[in-house]
Amino acid sequence: MGDTHDKMESEKRIVFVTVGTTSFDTLVRAVDNSEVKRELFGRGYTHLLIQMGRGSYTPTKSSGEDGCLAVDYFTFSSSIADTLRSASLVISHAGSGSIFETLRLGKPLIVVVNEDLMDNHQSELAEELADRKHLFCASPQTLLRTINGMHLESLIPYHPGDARPVAKLINRFLGFPDD
Amino acid sequence: MSPQPLSTLIVLGSGGHTAEMLNLLSVLHTDRFTPRFYIAAATDNMSLQKARLFENSFIDKTVVENAQFMQIYRSREVGQSYLTSVGTTLMAIAHALWLMIKIRPQVILCNGPGTCVPLCVIAFFFKVVGIRWSSTFYVESIARVRRLSLSGLLLYKLCMADQFFVQWPQLQRKYPRAHYVGCLM
Repeated sequence: MGDTHDKMESEKRIVFVTVGTTSFDTLVRAVDNSEVKRELFGRGYTHLLIQMGRGSYTPTKSSGEDGCLAVDYFTFSSSIADTLRSASLVISHAGSGSIFETLRLGKPLIVVVNEDLMDNHQSELAEELADRKHLFCASPQTLLRTINGMHLESLIPYHPGDARPVAKLINRFLGFPDD
Repeated sequence: MSPQPLSTLIVLGSGGHTAEMLNLLSVLHTDRFTPRFYIAAATDNMSLQKARLFENSFIDKTVVENAQFMQIYRSREVGQSYLTSVGTTLMAIAHALWLMIKIRPQVILCNGPGTCVPLCVIAFFFKVVGIRWSSTFYVESIARVRRLSLSGLLLYKLCMADQFFVQWPQLQRKYPRAHYVGCLM
C-alpha cells in the first residue's frame, strides 16, 4: 500500500487555477466543468487546485479516487509561490503579477481574460505574450478549446526583463555617474 | 564630484505597479535617492507592506531610517465612472497638496496608479511657481502594450514627466517622446 501511495505522490500532476486578489467566478465555473476536467485528466493531470479569491461560486470537491481528476479549492493563501512551484500547469487571471510570477518559474500557463472588467486593458499583456508564444491566452468561453488544442512544447521560455536600462537613463538625467 | 543625494517620492499601487516599482528601485543606488517617501492609496494595504519588506532587506540598517511610508486618498477606484471621479479627484488633490508640501521631493518615481496624477500635477505647479524644482520619471506599466493608461496619457499629453518610459515598442511608435526601455519584469 505504502508503495502505491508514494508512486501516486510522485506522479501527482497539479493544475493550479488562480484568480488573484479579487473574484473571477466565470473562470472558476469554466474549470469546474466536466468536459474541461475530463480533458485535463486525459492529458495526464491528476489534481485540480483552485484559488477562488473572493468569488462566491464554490467548485465541487472530489477525492479523485474513481479514476478522475481530484479537485480542491481555497480562497487565499500566503504561500501561493509554493503552490505555483508544485504545479505542472497554471491557469491564471490576467493580472501582471500572476503572469510574471508563473513565467519566471517556467511553468506552462494559460491566461484567462476576464471580459466582465470595465476598463479592460488586461487582455493586452496576455495577448502580446501569447503572440510571443510565452503562454496561451483564452476567455472563460474558449478555455476548453484552448486546452484541447494546446501544445505545451510550442511554448517559448520567458527571459525575465531588466530594469537597468531605465535606471541608467534616470541616473544620467540626474547627473549621477554611470556604474 | 557626485551630486548630493536626492529626496525621492515613490508612488506605489496595487495590480502589479508596486512589484514593477520595487524591481526598478532594486537596481537604483538607494544612497543616491535618499530619503525615500513611499506613497500608496489609503485603500491599498499591501503595497506599503511590500515596500517595508524591500527596505528591510537592505543589509545596512541605517538605510531603513531613510524611508517613510504614507497613504493618500485615491482619485479614482478601478471601475469608477469618469463623472464621479471629478469629485474624488478634487479630494485627492487637496490631500496630495498637503503631502507634497510636507515632502517637497526632488525626484518623483511613478508608474501608473491613478494616485500619481495629483502628485505630479502639484510637483509641476511647484516648479512653475518656484517652490521646488523636481524631476519626474514615469514608467508606464508593463501591462500597457498598445494604449497608455489614463495616468500615462495625462502625463504624456501635458508634458509633466521629465522622462517618460514605455516597456513595449508599439507604444513608443505611438508616443514618440517616450523612451522605449524594454520589459522591466
